[in-house]
Amino acid sequence: MANLFVLQLLNGLQLGVLLFLIAAGLTLVFGIMDVVNLAHGVLYMVGAYFLATFAALTGSFWWGLLLMFPAAIVVGLVLEVVVIRRLYARSHLDQVLATFGLVMIANETVKIVWGVSPLSVPTPEILSGSVPLMGPLQYPVYRIAIIVTGLAVAGGLYLVINHTRIGMLLRAGATNRTMVSALGIDIGKLFAIVFTLGAVLACFAGALVAPILSVDTGMGESVLILTFVVVVIGGIGSIKGAFLGAILVAVVDTIGGVFGPILLRSVLDPAAAGQTGRMLAPMLVYILMAAILFARPAGLFGGRA
Amino acid sequence: MSRLEITQLNKSFGALKVTDDVSLNVEPGEVHAIIGPNGAGKTTLIAQLSGELRPDSGRIVLDGRDITQTSMPERVHLGLARSFQITQVLPSFTVLDNVALAVQARQGSSYRFFGNVASEEALNAAAMRALRDAGLEDRAGARASALSHGEHRRLELACALATEPQLLLLDEPLAGVGGEDAEAFIARLRALRGRLTMVLIEHDMDAVFALATRLSVLVYGRIIATGTPEEVRSDPAVRAAYLGEEEMPA
Amino acid sequence: MTAATAVPTRAPALAPRLKAALVLFVLFALVPPVVMAADDPFLILIATRILAYAIAAMALDLILGYGAMVSFGHAAYLGFGTYAVAILSSYGVTDIFVQMLGAVLVSALFALVTGAISLRTRGVYFIMITLAFGQMAFFFFISLSAYGGDDGYGLSQRSTVLGSAILENDVTLYYATLAVLIALFALCHRIVGSRFGRVLTGIRENPVRMEAIGFSPFRYQLTAFVISGCMTSLAGVLLANQAEFVSPAFMSWHRSGELIVMVVLGGIGTLTGAIGGAVAALLLEEVLGMLTEHWQLWFGIFLVLMVLFSPRGITGLVEQMRGRRE
Repeated sequence: MANLFVLQLLNGLQLGVLLFLIAAGLTLVFGIMDVVNLAHGVLYMVGAYFLATFAALTGSFWWGLLLMFPAAIVVGLVLEVVVIRRLYARSHLDQVLATFGLVMIANETVKIVWGVSPLSVPTPEILSGSVPLMGPLQYPVYRIAIIVTGLAVAGGLYLVINHTRIGMLLRAGATNRTMVSALGIDIGKLFAIVFTLGAVLACFAGALVAPILSVDTGMGESVLILTFVVVVIGGIGSIKGAFLGAILVAVVDTIGGVFGPILLRSVLDPAAAGQTGRMLAPMLVYILMAAILFARPAGLFGGRA
Repeated sequence: MSRLEITQLNKSFGALKVTDDVSLNVEPGEVHAIIGPNGAGKTTLIAQLSGELRPDSGRIVLDGRDITQTSMPERVHLGLARSFQITQVLPSFTVLDNVALAVQARQGSSYRFFGNVASEEALNAAAMRALRDAGLEDRAGARASALSHGEHRRLELACALATEPQLLLLDEPLAGVGGEDAEAFIARLRALRGRLTMVLIEHDMDAVFALATRLSVLVYGRIIATGTPEEVRSDPAVRAAYLGEEEMPA
Repeated sequence: MTAATAVPTRAPALAPRLKAALVLFVLFALVPPVVMAADDPFLILIATRILAYAIAAMALDLILGYGAMVSFGHAAYLGFGTYAVAILSSYGVTDIFVQMLGAVLVSALFALVTGAISLRTRGVYFIMITLAFGQMAFFFFISLSAYGGDDGYGLSQRSTVLGSAILENDVTLYYATLAVLIALFALCHRIVGSRFGRVLTGIRENPVRMEAIGFSPFRYQLTAFVISGCMTSLAGVLLANQAEFVSPAFMSWHRSGELIVMVVLGGIGTLTGAIGGAVAALLLEEVLGMLTEHWQLWFGIFLVLMVLFSPRGITGLVEQMRGRRE
């Protein structure tokens, strides 16, 4: 039981850091530019496809990862310049429609370019295998590497946000958009940088999971909604909120799925517990979101509702 | 009983104290002007009286009833209305519909899902009365977005009047209105004197002295003097506070 | 204009739109004879599907167009409607009125709870939260293994009407759907012109003004949200009968997005526009689908271009047209 718990906790942590990588960019885009971007999940998917393609071409996961970054930057910049930039001054409804259109375009384009069958990416040699944790429990090295990488990026972002000039601007912009323009900053450039940074982080998350998930066109969708939940729980514009929200959502999702039925078994008969547990588990994160929003409509760290 | 009793009201934004221990009584029928230099906290005070902002401490009592924690819509139903410094209208509604909606809020149920509201004579007639009081009856059929600035200011007033308030808070009703328009507007407000109690914030000192029965002077969130226009005008503290800001009319 | 004559007699602003709606309804009524002549019975099912979505789009327009609430979770209510048919009929309750009642009750409850939470927020938050709640419903039905989970569940029969199986006939089902559409259009039309409708529209225009004259936006918005959800679920009941199959696919977030697209295509805040938009969007989908297997690509490009090349966005375009008319 304890083993199972540790295992699920690690799985939760791993999902959590991935969600954070995606949510970090999204929360800044929402907070600073006030843009609803439904196409953010697409970037996660594209990152995975880039890695799969480049890794296959070069025969090396590491080269694939390295080449993924410039490609992600290009995708982010192009998306910002061609579409997103024109949406800043628009209504939320326009933003929803245009980015919904982008999702359709991206999903179909990926199908045309890469086909409908899922791609798989081999785990890099050096990170394959498992390490013993406690007792008979083994945990894959690659998943540990994801957790470590995610935490490192989170730490790096924390430093950038709290100790650099651009971080200062980001914090100011997320809480008070007009203030940044009052400071005489080139808003257009700042927005492009923020959007591209968010795009690269999402692509990076996609690239990281490529070896442990099958890379297919649907992968951006489920993650997108979970990321929304994370951003809403954490409070729009807050990186700290995104981090805590991501870990919370991921842990509740993984642990609840496994331990919910076990807990229910103590009050219901096993068959009913299994049935109810299976039905409730996927809803847990949304119930969590509802509860948090009921208490704090602007999320845990959000200034504006 | 005073119409409005404000007791030891305090409000801070961070370290900045914008309302500093303000106590004030407004008697029925009077026009109480609140004047003071820019940044004195006049609009913040009105916002607390109208329910848009909650004070950090203190009490606001309307006709003997504590409304400190009451929401803005509920205060309207208790007879307190406000006009905004920056015009707030329903742009795609006609002028008449803007005001008729205020009448509807006051008079009747808004959970009626049937019946064409546009042809409800009672609502429209009451709205026309308010428009006439504000001097806007000949623009009743125009879209609110098509009005001039001066007409917008009158629509602001008409909407507030249509809620049939006991106490009307006017936040710079003359903002941006000049010349003959301003004179006509002042005359309209004068005509309302006695019918309802008013709290007035205004930069136009001619308007203040034409309308106010009493004055309070607010400086850095604090009331430094209250009295009749003559008393306030001769108050040395007031003259000192206004030095270099704007000239008190002699 | 003197004060005595001043209460303006308004040319009813809805009249042209009402006329357009009547024309649409007459055209809809003529579809079955035409299709019969074309001898392609499948077309009548496509037409029924279009009418059902028109109901849903119109219901969404009530809150999106008149209340400025961008609900991105409205497919959930389609789902409640479809599953009300599946679940109740599996217990032998096949009467369509009982099924509609069930769908409406569940939808009202869901809309009341999720709406109360979502409406405490604004703008971006509202969109994302309604999306998340929609997804919650989606996952609930995916895990409903008794009704096929992900794979869906085939209906053994269509709903009955007072014990009669008349809906088994495709043409009858079509006219029944049309009847529901017309009835709900009349209802929406009345609501929009009523006291309640004026408050709802006022909140869309300027919530600050509404509070200053004594309205608390929340309760009116929530009421409209519940009404809209209930109406959408009726579309779901009809869709289940049309497809004789239910699955969580009816409530995916793509479906919610498509509903918004339908409303916007036809012009928001007009009711008639939402009906026309549903027809246009679904026909476009069918036609593109016949031409290319990648119709989503072209539909997506169409959407992006539509937003980018209307000077002030689609919403602006609609306002512009409205302004020109009056």
